[in-house]
Amino acid sequence: MSKAELLLLDFWVSPFCLRVKIALNEKCLQYEARPEDLFGGKSELLLNSNPIYKKVPVFLHDGKPLCESTIIVNYIDETWSSPPLLPPCSYGRAQARFWADYIDKKVFDACGNVWRCKGEVPVEAKNEFIEILKQLEEALGDKDYFNGATFGFVDVIAIPLTCWFFSAEKIGGFTVAEECPKFSSWMKRCLQRESVAKVMPEPEKVYEFVLMFRKMQGID
Amino acid sequence: MEGAVVLLDFWPSMFGMRTRIALAEKGIKYEYREEDLRNKSDLLLQMNPVHKKIPVLIHNGKPVCESLIQVQYIDEVWNDRAPLLPSDPYKRAIARFWADFVDKKIYDLGSKVWKTKGEEQETAKKEFIESLKLLEGELGDKAYFGGENLGFVDVALIPFYSWFYAYEKCGNFSIEAECPKLIAWAKRCMQKESVAKSLPDKEKVYEFVLHLKKVYGIE
Repeated sequence: MSKAELLLLDFWVSPFCLRVKIALNEKCLQYEARPEDLFGGKSELLLNSNPIYKKVPVFLHDGKPLCESTIIVNYIDETWSSPPLLPPCSYGRAQARFWADYIDKKVFDACGNVWRCKGEVPVEAKNEFIEILKQLEEALGDKDYFNGATFGFVDVIAIPLTCWFFSAEKIGGFTVAEECPKFSSWMKRCLQRESVAKVMPEPEKVYEFVLMFRKMQGID
Repeated sequence: MEGAVVLLDFWPSMFGMRTRIALAEKGIKYEYREEDLRNKSDLLLQMNPVHKKIPVLIHNGKPVCESLIQVQYIDEVWNDRAPLLPSDPYKRAIARFWADFVDKKIYDLGSKVWKTKGEEQETAKKEFIESLKLLEGELGDKAYFGGENLGFVDVALIPFYSWFYAYEKCGNFSIEAECPKLIAWAKRCMQKESVAKSLPDKEKVYEFVLHLKKVYGIE
């Protein structure tokens, strides 16, 4: 499959775009990740391919667009079956979708509620974020990955969000490693995977972006 | 695939209705258990400890939570009849996109329509209609979002039709006047037994909304 047949409209720091890149990497697929200038001006292709939300990621397979990262990852898993990201049995898949949905509903917003704070971060914001990670630790249990012994769907959905945690830690004055050591170990384990390591931005670079964004929004 | 199926539900919940429709489409016998949301059962709290919400589908004693996940699970397990999702992965992804759009927009905007007044309500009504028009666009000339038969998006959206009367009364507007194609689609769905028997009477829903307004202290 030539590179041009798989195109991702991308933004380097977007955890949602990272999900798609990791999924494609897991499947050993060649693709083009085309950067979008979200602040300067979105491309015609982006606006035409995602007229509803006008957001990245947009994944184009032979020119056919798909939007929403979790849906894209699902599509990639169904179209290129090896190695499988979702478990083989229906119940296992329902559980995986449940945790992906939980992560989608909770993690990025709770993390944002910490790093977007003007001045002192309220204890409630920090606690809410930590509680969510603790819930995920419970779901992880003694497994190496959310998927079990092997890296899978929920791991793909979750790991990209973690490059934003350093920003919350710096601004909130806590560390995930101290509050949620199991979750922290899982993070380290995932970051050792080539499919993840070769696309995840450095947390310090994400923090620089967060500081720039805070200035732009008038928080700093 | 057989085995006891229990649905923990609450009669006016659009989310519960989705699962009811899916079970009915597949002809699955199940036990329906009405939850009192002011006094949730131990079973509900045990089966959905994370969100503590209905609907919860319990199959062979194991819980599946979140309505769209339940519908997909039902479709996969009882895969020998009445398919809800298309077999083509791209078409499946498109169906998931629109079901997700319904989740992101219709519930919240609909809630704003009945909960608010004045300018906030006018904005909610406008955005609500805009979202329904986008769905009309996706429907196009098809009988159902699923094509010739009920599909995933139809199941995701049709429960809200039972709340349209309440939205219209509270918002003082006509959804049919703005989105005739969508209402035609809704009436077509209501002719299906699986849908008709899963949706509550619109007057009962309106009574329920009036009761909620009293409870929340909304004029």
